Amino acid sequence: MDVQLLENSAEGLLQKKTLLATLLFVSSEAIFFACLIAAYVYYASSSPAGPNAQKVLDPLKTGFYTACLLSSSLTVFFAERAQRKRKPGLSRWLAATMGLGAIFLYGEMHEYHRLLNENVTISRNLFGSTYYTLTGFHALHVTIGLILLGIMLVISLKKKMFKPQQSALECISYYWHFVDVVWVAVFSVVYLWSTQ
Amino acid sequence: MSEVSVLPLPMRELRDFEEKNTLLSWLSSCDHKQLGILYLLTALGFFIIGGCEALFMRIQLAVPSNHFLKPEAYDQLFTLHGTTMIFLVVVPTLLGLSMYLVPLMIGARDVAFPRLNALGYWLLLFGGVFLYTSIFFGNAPDMGWFSYAPLSEKPYSSLPGVDFWALGLFSIGIGTLASGINLIVTVFTMRAPGVTMKRLPLFAWMTMVNSFLIVFALPALNASLAMLLIDRGLHARFFTPDTGGSPILWQHFFWSFGHPEVYIMVLPAFGIISEVVPVFSRQPIFGYGFVAASTVAIALLSFAVWAHHMFAVGLGHAMDIFFAFGSMLIAVPTGIKIFNWVFTMWNGSIRFTTAMKFATAFLVEFTVGGLSGVIFAVVPMDWQLTDTYVIVAHIHYVLFGGTMFAIFAGVYYWWPKMSGRMLSERLGTWHFWTTVLGFNLTFFVQHMLGVAGMTRRVWTYPAMPHWGLLNMISTLGAFLLAGSTVLLFWNMLRSRRHGHIAGPNPWEAWTLEWATSSPPPLYNFAQIPPVHGPRPLWDLHHPDQQDRYLNK
Repeated sequence: MDVQLLENSAEGLLQKKTLLATLLFVSSEAIFFACLIAAYVYYASSSPAGPNAQKVLDPLKTGFYTACLLSSSLTVFFAERAQRKRKPGLSRWLAATMGLGAIFLYGEMHEYHRLLNENVTISRNLFGSTYYTLTGFHALHVTIGLILLGIMLVISLKKKMFKPQQSALECISYYWHFVDVVWVAVFSVVYLWSTQ
Repeated sequence: MSEVSVLPLPMRELRDFEEKNTLLSWLSSCDHKQLGILYLLTALGFFIIGGCEALFMRIQLAVPSNHFLKPEAYDQLFTLHGTTMIFLVVVPTLLGLSMYLVPLMIGARDVAFPRLNALGYWLLLFGGVFLYTSIFFGNAPDMGWFSYAPLSEKPYSSLPGVDFWALGLFSIGIGTLASGINLIVTVFTMRAPGVTMKRLPLFAWMTMVNSFLIVFALPALNASLAMLLIDRGLHARFFTPDTGGSPILWQHFFWSFGHPEVYIMVLPAFGIISEVVPVFSRQPIFGYGFVAASTVAIALLSFAVWAHHMFAVGLGHAMDIFFAFGSMLIAVPTGIKIFNWVFTMWNGSIRFTTAMKFATAFLVEFTVGGLSGVIFAVVPMDWQLTDTYVIVAHIHYVLFGGTMFAIFAGVYYWWPKMSGRMLSERLGTWHFWTTVLGFNLTFFVQHMLGVAGMTRRVWTYPAMPHWGLLNMISTLGAFLLAGSTVLLFWNMLRSRRHGHIAGPNPWEAWTLEWATSSPPPLYNFAQIPPVHGPRPLWDLHHPDQQDRYLNK
């Protein structure tokens, strides 16, 4: 019984520490993206010559991929709940989250491919520079999130080898929600506001 | 309860710090004390390098129309000097002291994330070494430590120096960020029973507030470095004016990091002073709550004043007034602190040890630097004096007369704890007076040079009236300052062999780090004394005269 208590308190402290660290890390990252968004807005309002968001972006198509990414926030929540309540379904929900994230990344790559074919590059004009930098850093964060979720998926499938830690999944889900929230801001600014 | 069969935490045997003091134990260490010392040694190494760079510049400027250095070499020297002293000396020294002391002060075994701590240190060292490898790859960065666009862009700096600078700072920035997060989580979750936020030693308080500054300011640097690197590597157009980019945007981004950075370099120094002054005045700190709260006020204000570095841009009347007012406002919480320290000394039985001498000198020199800062917040004065030697004098009064003096006070105060031996007070007194004299000779005359019209970052100057004399005084002062630093090194080396054994609490101090042996064992505390107030060791030794008004 004492060992159980010890385990609970050690796990409790670990959870407290890692959650606080994740929150700090995520808020630091939020400032990073705020700077990139500020650069985009600053140059979008000065309307540079050449291609811009209004001419080349397709909010409807990207809207679909956005819906995929946002619903992955829900699936990672279910994954976390399954683990917290020790119910089955952890692996399935993790896989679903990864699938939705991958669809989003595919959509992003598809769009990049189309834009590059239209000769909208990072060095073409300020729209290109700000657009690729902002969405590129976001895509990098989605990729990192997929790797983290993949590690959790492997751990959850090999229960005999590892004991999945509640706090690890919680941190990853915080990070994943953050990546989603950043995309809400990016989508609103880049695809909705500046395509007006 | 059949599932309870294994222990949750593998109890690995702790390596013995004293017995296995090998090179490998240092390189692989996750112990906050070893990493703290590594931070301090790294900073010391870069301090010697940055100091030599300063001496070369002063030799070049000693007489008019000098040709000791080439202009290109001079540009590289002032860029490396600024970058080194800020990112590789002042910040790592303060982080090293924080990493070493904060867990001890709050009665913890280690920081919250020991391995993250190691990662932060190695990223910092890697970034520093990477910055300096630029010398072997063509050229060192030569665009000044704030790297203004478009000078930092490819058409004007085609050699890789700027890339080394940006990538090096990126690595240093991420490492510093990791340490900041680590320190906040440590203070919030690892405090021993009884150590409430109202009883936290002020050094830990200020380190914690400072870490918030790191967490919220460093990403702005990282974002602007990313944009600069994309500009240079992928030919993007963020800061190139000929294709619509805005160099002013670089200035906004850089200083929105750069101004909080100023406080990142000074808040822990305030923390050191808040520990040293009470102990050697034999009185508890005057207005503990005000000292802590004014730190928070400074931290908040520091995010809203960055554009006072940019008055010369011509931001417009409204912006100028806003930022001038905000900058002057910072003088209020800073003034509160100065008053608190002075009133702590008031009626105290002051012991003028070397640490206390440096702390007292800090009050004077930092106030001079602070006053010239307030003068720069007046926009027309800034227009007149910006980019002259007055600004060079100002930054050195704040960062050397302020932060470095506090660091020296901290070194003399905590050296016995870290090494187990005392520093020589006689050598310390020599070090103190040569430092004060050398520092003021070097930098006070630069105020006059600036008003006389000498601009910063010039390679040489014509023989204008008094310029040669004032510059010669400044150069002689710089050599005296270098000599004083040699005295400090000699004192440290001597103390390793011949210093008196310190014992756990040589200064009769009151905070928890003095409740364990010097140097502390790997596990820090065998037993933590009960904590009922901000001065647990006082309460322990004077059970009948506890700090009633402090202990709530």
